[in-house]
Amino acid sequence: MKRSAWQGLDTAARTLTPGLVLVVLVFMGQLPYSLSGHNSITPYFVLMGVFYWGLHRPDLLPAVVVFLVGLMQDALEGEPFGVNAFVLIAVYWLVSSQQRHFKGRPFLVVWLGFAAAALIADLLRWLLVSFVLGTALAPWSIMLEYVLTVTFYPVLTVAFALAHKTLPRGGASDFID
Amino acid sequence: MLRPRPGRLMRASMPFRNSAQRSTFALFLLLAAGIMLIGKADPTLYERSRMAVTDFATPILDTVSHPVAAGGEFIIDLKLLYAAHEENRALREENERLLRWRAVAESLESENARLRGMLNFAPDAPARYITGRVIGDSGGAFLRSVLVNIGHRDGVRKGAAAVEDSGLMGRVAEVGERSSRILLVSDLNSRIPVLVGESRERAILAGDNSDRPKLAYLPAEISIAPGDLVITSGHGGAFPAGLPVGVVVRPDTDEAELRVQPFYSAQRLEFVRLMDFGLTGVLQDRDLGLAGR
Repeated sequence: MKRSAWQGLDTAARTLTPGLVLVVLVFMGQLPYSLSGHNSITPYFVLMGVFYWGLHRPDLLPAVVVFLVGLMQDALEGEPFGVNAFVLIAVYWLVSSQQRHFKGRPFLVVWLGFAAAALIADLLRWLLVSFVLGTALAPWSIMLEYVLTVTFYPVLTVAFALAHKTLPRGGASDFID
Repeated sequence: MLRPRPGRLMRASMPFRNSAQRSTFALFLLLAAGIMLIGKADPTLYERSRMAVTDFATPILDTVSHPVAAGGEFIIDLKLLYAAHEENRALREENERLLRWRAVAESLESENARLRGMLNFAPDAPARYITGRVIGDSGGAFLRSVLVNIGHRDGVRKGAAAVEDSGLMGRVAEVGERSSRILLVSDLNSRIPVLVGESRERAILAGDNSDRPKLAYLPAEISIAPGDLVITSGHGGAFPAGLPVGVVVRPDTDEAELRVQPFYSAQRLEFVRLMDFGLTGVLQDRDLGLAGR
């Protein structure tokens, strides 16, 4: 099959999609939503992206991209440098190794899986930030953030799946739920 | 397009690929852990890289935050519209009260001017203001800080007091080329010397990530009541004296400490004024690193 340069470029652009989606998610977490009330708590958007792409297309998302996106989140969020990089890589590792358990299962199972992963992620984040700042932080805000994150996952999944459908198919592990 | 099916060779190579993947993950985990540990030892080390990322993101956040802020305000406006009748009545009452206060303030102002004239009082140097827009409301679960779209090139200096219309909001904690991070008074790391009430008791306003920071280091015998005004004291030289901060509120039942309701509204943070009083205070040594570039 002969492929033109345009086709090649098109494929390359689509291949970059998961990484770009993560960057967009980092920005989404930073925007000043006047709605969120006095606590300025936003869902952990970038975690949703890492979970989705780790589950569906880890072949298009190199670990180094996840790592760099984590550092970017740290810088913008003002959290100690390295915390989000650590948490996101840990979740990415976990999810991409459990991929086969989720393939072909109903969305509810995937959602529960996400709830478990997010619990681990937020717990880890709370521990790490507390460790670096040298004080046990009040857990209420992170608990609220956890609930928001789990609640918003199905909404974001729809958007991810739309982006996912435009991508060139991957191997046997590729699936859209 | 043809989909490649995993052949025998590919299946055979899977364990190797997996172990290579595992070591990549482990490597990045170690790297992140190392970064955290170094950062714990010297928290100022990453400041430049941090602000470089923020500077890079500023134009994007600046553009996108406009419609988001507008959308948020629209919804708040809708809520207000709903409550307009009640609000109008309350505002009319407040207006009457404020008009009386204005008369009092005007007479005090003229009296002040006369007394100062008699004493040859040297007033504080006038403050320099730089106004910026809030482009990032970060921090989320652990920190209370906002990003603004002005930085070193606009003359922002570290430690500058950030005020909103109604009062003190925080201070500049990190300065980039075209963005800065403001640590809000409610942040865990915020400590501000204040004066409380008419007796002007000295205390420290200590943030704890809640919306209402605590009053710490109050003298044992205090005559402070809910509703008392809290202003900056200017001690330590980090802030100018006399900036309004908030009012004392009744503590929750199980709490010994008094808390302060700040005047600024975190819900509607959009524009921020940074005041430069030419005071360097406690942040002097760190400031030099960025200002000296």
